[in-house]
Amino acid sequence: MSTCTRDEWMTVAAARLLHDHSVCFVGIGLPSAACNLARLTHAPEIVLIYESGTIGTRPDVLPLSIGDSELAETAACVVTLPEIFSCYLQAGRVDIGFLGAAQIDRHGNLNSTVIGPYDAPQTRLPGAGGAPEIALHARQVFVMLKASRRSFVERLDFRTSAGYLDGHGARARSGAPGGGPRAVITDFGMLTPHPQSEELQLTALFADASVDEARAAVGWPLLVADRIDTIAPPSAHEHATLRALNTRTREAHARPVRIPL
Amino acid sequence: MLLPLADAIERFVTDGASVALEGFTHLIPFAAGHEIIRQRRRELHLIRMTPDIIYDQMIGMGCARKLTFSWGGNPGVGSLHRLRDAVEHQWPRPLELDEHSHAGMAAAFCAGAARLPFGALRGYLGTDLPAHNPNIRRVACPFTGEMLAAVPALNPDVTILHAQRADRAGNVAIHGIVGAAREAALAAKTLIVTVEEIVDTLPPAMNAIMLPHWVVSAVVECRGGAYPSYAQGCYARDNAFYRQWDSLARERTDFLAWMDEHVLGNTDHHAFLTGLQQDVA
Repeated sequence: MSTCTRDEWMTVAAARLLHDHSVCFVGIGLPSAACNLARLTHAPEIVLIYESGTIGTRPDVLPLSIGDSELAETAACVVTLPEIFSCYLQAGRVDIGFLGAAQIDRHGNLNSTVIGPYDAPQTRLPGAGGAPEIALHARQVFVMLKASRRSFVERLDFRTSAGYLDGHGARARSGAPGGGPRAVITDFGMLTPHPQSEELQLTALFADASVDEARAAVGWPLLVADRIDTIAPPSAHEHATLRALNTRTREAHARPVRIPL
Repeated sequence: MLLPLADAIERFVTDGASVALEGFTHLIPFAAGHEIIRQRRRELHLIRMTPDIIYDQMIGMGCARKLTFSWGGNPGVGSLHRLRDAVEHQWPRPLELDEHSHAGMAAAFCAGAARLPFGALRGYLGTDLPAHNPNIRRVACPFTGEMLAAVPALNPDVTILHAQRADRAGNVAIHGIVGAAREAALAAKTLIVTVEEIVDTLPPAMNAIMLPHWVVSAVVECRGGAYPSYAQGCYARDNAFYRQWDSLARERTDFLAWMDEHVLGNTDHHAFLTGLQQDVA
């Protein structure tokens, strides 16, 4: 499928990682697209939770915000935010957490807080939101992030959410209950943690991407697995479903809203 | 007590107060925030999980000295430029940050609502936030010895919510996404609720979010009071406005001109909405 964009390819690759019936804590953006694509293709019974407290939501269009009415109207139930964080996430009732970030390091730690020093930042980013505890408690975490030397960095400016900390079992020793980042889906392919060192290594490439491209986009000397899988291009069904979802979404968000007078 | 919005703000929101305008994406009390801006309140300690456009406006207009928050972006769009300008360049004035995660701030509101001194959670592990915020500490469970994160209770001087309806006695009914609105309401010393409509009696609402009249200090009837956020069952979130805000607020002069025309230049929320409708037409 030569016409598909890398964004679409990333979304499809992430969607394929999701199993039917799994319980996913979903963030806005590419993760939300990937989770809903999975639901509309191979995983119809996937349970999507958004941090606004909507459980089992089945939106027809992707929400712009984490609390769009579409999420509440199509949810199995809507609970309070303290309940979703304490009684579901903290209680270990979430299989998969999906996170984005501005920066990632080689052990899958994430920064979504500041670029530069905290007290005098060059760029103030939105901050933590649900991420630190999603990273802590979800049984596994998937990260979606486009690669560049500014985003895949040797050293984070700020650690917002824990990946494998310094690796070699540091995360498990810290008492973090969840399993940590099991895959990083980026625009050349996928990184997964090395079983011993827990350093992210290149284990899969999109069919039109190369190891050199991956190395050039990563700001640390990238570990490359002995065997690299090729991620199959989106099928016609996956591609058509995603495009239709994105088209519906664009139309819905551009629709004028009646001002409540 | 039923009050006009300007009277409720004048009476209960004083300079220097800690104020939480809650509502997680849904039911954000925009009308009340605009009235605080019109009355030129200063030195406020603003509290909100997601500052959203309303706090971007209040910060940009110089109302705030401190912000307690857990995620400060324009949802699905990007940055809050006025919040960024305050943090990065101290414009229009320096802004002290008390920064949390959602889970931590939810625990702080729950503790505040129950009048406990602190909230505990399994959280903030492996993050740099505690190194920059002395309000995030660790305590040992007295029973197991497990180390937990602790955050001090949030008890705003004033919490302001928007809701769909209230009855004449002041009971408030809310449905849809509620976030931590109930906890923020019960944590407050004073609670103001703006509502879409006031009805004679509310139907019995088992399991719905109901704030009983004696925890509510003032009810204000204010149609469209959450716009451009939304009120489930009444009107939709204006996602196009949220996108537009990105360019409206990017430069200081554009922002000030917009606020001058639309917020300061109108006497109340009805006039504000009427003006926006004329812009569209």
